Amino acid sequence: MSAGAFNILWLQAGSCGGCTMSMLEHGSGGWFRELDTLGVNLLWHPSVSEETGTEARVVLERVEAGETPLHALCIEGAILCGPDGTGFFNRLAGTGRAMLDWARALAAKADYCVAIGSCATFGGVPAADPDPTDAVGLQYRKAVAGGALGADYRSRRGLPVINIAGCAPHPGWIMETLAALALDVLTADDLDALGRPKFYVDHLAHHGCSRNEFYEFKASAETLSQRGCLMEHLGCKATQAAGDCNQRGWNGSGSCTKGGFACIACTSPGFEDIRDYHRTPKIGGVPIGLPLDMPKAWFMALAALSKSATPQRVRKNATADHVVVPPRGARRPKE
Amino acid sequence: MTRLLVGPFNRVEGDLEVSLDIKDDAIASARVTTPLYRGFEQILVGRPAVDALAIAPRICGICSVSQSMAAAAALRALYGVAPARNGIVAANLAHAAENMADHLTHFYIFFMPDFARAQYAGQAWHEAAMRRFKAIEGAAANEVLQARRRLLEIMGILAGKWPHSLAFQPGGTTCAVDLGQKAQLVAIARDFRRFLEASVFAAPLEAPLDLKTPEELERFCEGRGADGDFAAFCRIARALDLENLGRAANPLMSYGAYRDETGAFLNAGVFDPLNGALSPLDARAIREDVSHAYMRDGPEEPSLARTEPFVDKPDAYSFAKAPRLHGRPAEVGAIARLAVHGHPLVRALLERSRASNVFVRVVARLIELAMVAEAAEGWAKALALNEPFCASAPQEADGDGVGLVEAARGSLGHWLGAQKGKIRAYQIIAPTTWNFSPRDASGVAGPVEQALVGAPLEGHGARAASVQHVIRSFDPCMVCTAH
Repeated sequence: MSAGAFNILWLQAGSCGGCTMSMLEHGSGGWFRELDTLGVNLLWHPSVSEETGTEARVVLERVEAGETPLHALCIEGAILCGPDGTGFFNRLAGTGRAMLDWARALAAKADYCVAIGSCATFGGVPAADPDPTDAVGLQYRKAVAGGALGADYRSRRGLPVINIAGCAPHPGWIMETLAALALDVLTADDLDALGRPKFYVDHLAHHGCSRNEFYEFKASAETLSQRGCLMEHLGCKATQAAGDCNQRGWNGSGSCTKGGFACIACTSPGFEDIRDYHRTPKIGGVPIGLPLDMPKAWFMALAALSKSATPQRVRKNATADHVVVPPRGARRPKE
Repeated sequence: MTRLLVGPFNRVEGDLEVSLDIKDDAIASARVTTPLYRGFEQILVGRPAVDALAIAPRICGICSVSQSMAAAAALRALYGVAPARNGIVAANLAHAAENMADHLTHFYIFFMPDFARAQYAGQAWHEAAMRRFKAIEGAAANEVLQARRRLLEIMGILAGKWPHSLAFQPGGTTCAVDLGQKAQLVAIARDFRRFLEASVFAAPLEAPLDLKTPEELERFCEGRGADGDFAAFCRIARALDLENLGRAANPLMSYGAYRDETGAFLNAGVFDPLNGALSPLDARAIREDVSHAYMRDGPEEPSLARTEPFVDKPDAYSFAKAPRLHGRPAEVGAIARLAVHGHPLVRALLERSRASNVFVRVVARLIELAMVAEAAEGWAKALALNEPFCASAPQEADGDGVGLVEAARGSLGHWLGAQKGKIRAYQIIAPTTWNFSPRDASGVAGPVEQALVGAPLEGHGARAASVQHVIRSFDPCMVCTAH
């Protein structure tokens, strides 16, 4: 352990391990090198550390006893409280203790506590109806403050749980948050009302969407793989969902909407209980989920106006899976 | 006899607990426990059938595309929809990228670091293994993560993101690839091939692909491939006699991998390592026994079964059910796929051992990596840009659908029943449910429980490297196991 390093301990609770898989994609020179560059020391990580069994238990016990300083506790996965509050649905192997118990004990020792992903944040998919395992996030049960640590929990440096919501989160969201903590530049003002870092949730997933022109003209895709806007028919939540998703590249150049499917608002509490992800709920032909900060009447008026002004090119391309009508200027620039 | 409890058992996907009975410094008997249950099968029931495509992949972050593919295949069977040819090719390519990333992550990040353990200090090969493979610090780690990152750019193009994409649909894939993207896909496939040729095999890919006999393998590792990490593993395996570690003689099963309208790239079937017999797969002979699972009794056929946890059940020790084929455990994974397909080297190694073992499991994984890497470029080139990628599928149908695919770790099945467009029943049997099965009602142990018996501990107790090698040679995914 290098002196002055920022110690993080990463644990997986009721998780799929996908946040770790995302994390391993980070850093052009490899994640381990990136950690080293930023002065972050992995005390233990279930997927990558050599220590196993007794050796791993010793690492955890030293942190719990206060012998090893813990700068950030990172927990991936929901905390499973069931059955009957025992946490038996998710024991940490070899310890006879539930992750619920470990999370509470270790969070008390941490300068910062970081929920990695929507499960650790809000409960996520394991908390989906009928919530078979009584799954919660570290500090939220869906959108309600509380969770495994309680609404009043503050880490030793006085912050609530830092919630890196997303399923799975972009690796940059995780690493940039950890880097800001290691650099001692993240404050309470940098978190939104749900404890999520504002640097990525003060945007909508819709911002930067490559289907922007189709959205403007309400030229909509009717079935999957078509190029048009996914909001009117195919359930896209990007105009309501927090995230700079379309301002970053995912796995190089991707994003959900670039990949041809709808945003399902995976950074929001309760996304796991949406029904018919790829069908837009409507009343009288009008989508229910319109942009949150726009008067509905204005939206409808503008939509009607823009629909009547939709260029033939945009209308045709919206229901095709590749460009069938190129922009007029694209082939022959005006002289 | 003493009993040891091992856990948390890390560098696997998820968490694992192992209980070992020790006699004469060797393992006399083993029980493996899946300590996590999230209830996906309960969550899926009652939802619109198509929503399986959003929920099921989230079972697993490391084989999320496999879960998507199985769910899409089950829905395809339910709807009776014919997928667009491009969609099949694109899905196979994305699936290949995930499977290759998994094999790579397993070999370098999960498995090889155990040879850098202090227990081996003094062995001739230990210092080199430390430099190259030590967890987090070894020279290979960052190299591999860079290659993995580049490889997974295939997901950015075909699936939007990884893990957890909605691109895989009954009718095909949602993203129609253009010419520039096709060119990028070929470039990524070639970059990955170059990485394999530079680091893993230290030779052109044709060399490992041509290996047919154990003698040729040995010559390759001493000769033209000597500088590669594959050869380094084979030399360590020889020094430690890994061919005689982790032996288990169960039927090796494969559902068949990378299917298209012409068939499967790797065939389906069942291979018996005891007598070399190959038989066709009869998926109707699959049952799940719950005698030692924290689950209530019920029908054993996956299409009729329910999942209802019961944690106070006497004799239960795992959240995993015990899948059986014709009443017997089966081992799944790359070793099974290549044995069933008839790969000469894997068949010859199995004939020599008359059982699966640590060495062949790892060799099969790396040979498969080479085979799929070569095929991937061909699949990228096979995308027909002027043809559709996704056929439309009906949104409602009643009946049953079964989706059987091969994930990196082996055979993955989804059994879906639908009524009025809603999921009436959903059962999942994951690869590690097979390999890390608990005992069944007859007391027959699962594959890894069998494979651990006899492992020497050399005075190291539960920390013995042999235990690490046997368990990790299966590449377990514990989050999938009980789901």
